[in-house]
Amino acid sequence: MVKMIKDQVRNNIPEFRPGDEVRVDWKVGQDRKRIQSYEGLVIAVKGKGINKTFTVRKQAFGIGVEKIFPLHSPLISSIEVLRRGKVRRSKLYFMRERYGKAAKLKEKREF
Amino acid sequence: MIEGILGTKIGMSRMFTESGDSVAVTLISCGPCWIVDKKGEKLQIGYMETKERSLKKPNAEFFKKKNLPLLKVLKEVKITDEKNVPENGTMIYADMFKPGDKVDVSGISKGKGFAGVMKRWNFRGGPATHGSRFHRAPGSIGGASYPGRVFPGIKMAGRLGAEKVTQMNLEVIAVDREEHVLAVKGAVPGPSKSLLYIRKTTRGKNGS
Repeated sequence: MVKMIKDQVRNNIPEFRPGDEVRVDWKVGQDRKRIQSYEGLVIAVKGKGINKTFTVRKQAFGIGVEKIFPLHSPLISSIEVLRRGKVRRSKLYFMRERYGKAAKLKEKREF
Repeated sequence: MIEGILGTKIGMSRMFTESGDSVAVTLISCGPCWIVDKKGEKLQIGYMETKERSLKKPNAEFFKKKNLPLLKVLKEVKITDEKNVPENGTMIYADMFKPGDKVDVSGISKGKGFAGVMKRWNFRGGPATHGSRFHRAPGSIGGASYPGRVFPGIKMAGRLGAEKVTQMNLEVIAVDREEHVLAVKGAVPGPSKSLLYIRKTTRGKNGS
């Protein structure tokens, strides 16, 4: 990897996987000062290196919303993992067809 | 100073600006180049050090006589600033450009082989279904018994790509003199590892 790209890669990102529920604090607005939280289920992680992105899905007022974040974007002020889900695949696109109780994932517990 | 510098395409990636915007960039391994000779109005620059065995003997002697490293590529380059002409043997680095500068990047585009008219000339083609029996064909190429021939210059299928292409007015996003890397906004002709010529743009208000 080229140094100027390496310099932009962030090292302070918590580890999370598809199936986890996360809260992303995201800088918004004209001057990118205001912080907005976006909470939901990670349904996909794509790409590698600085191109890595993750998709977070949530229900907003009864409507499914998905937002794709570049993992290394400086606009992400923090990512917090709220819940670890137990899943067997890397892309959880089947969650789009589920709502209500069917959209619940088993929690991964560590003993 | 001189107009441009030679480089090699590394590939594409993503960079974040200070305001947090994500920009698609092409990374170019840029220089270092040596000023080899003065050729009339132009300066000859050389790029890419090689081993002696990969050069022909007279060519290798040419560099030895000038006390320069053995170089694979030579190119004649315009002088943009007459007052500040670099001496023979000086090295040119990627930092001849600064972030925010606009550059033109030339290279040999990827070869597409024998391509049909839809790919080569953006013809519309016909509908895929409904029994049209006209899909990707060129259609009419001219009249009948009058004029009795096809006019020259009609757009037809043929070899596409693998020609010199210049992508103009690209913004320089980042420069690294030590690592010889230049990041340019957007795409650049040719495959990775191909030779590129990067010059100060001749387009728009940034042009010369």
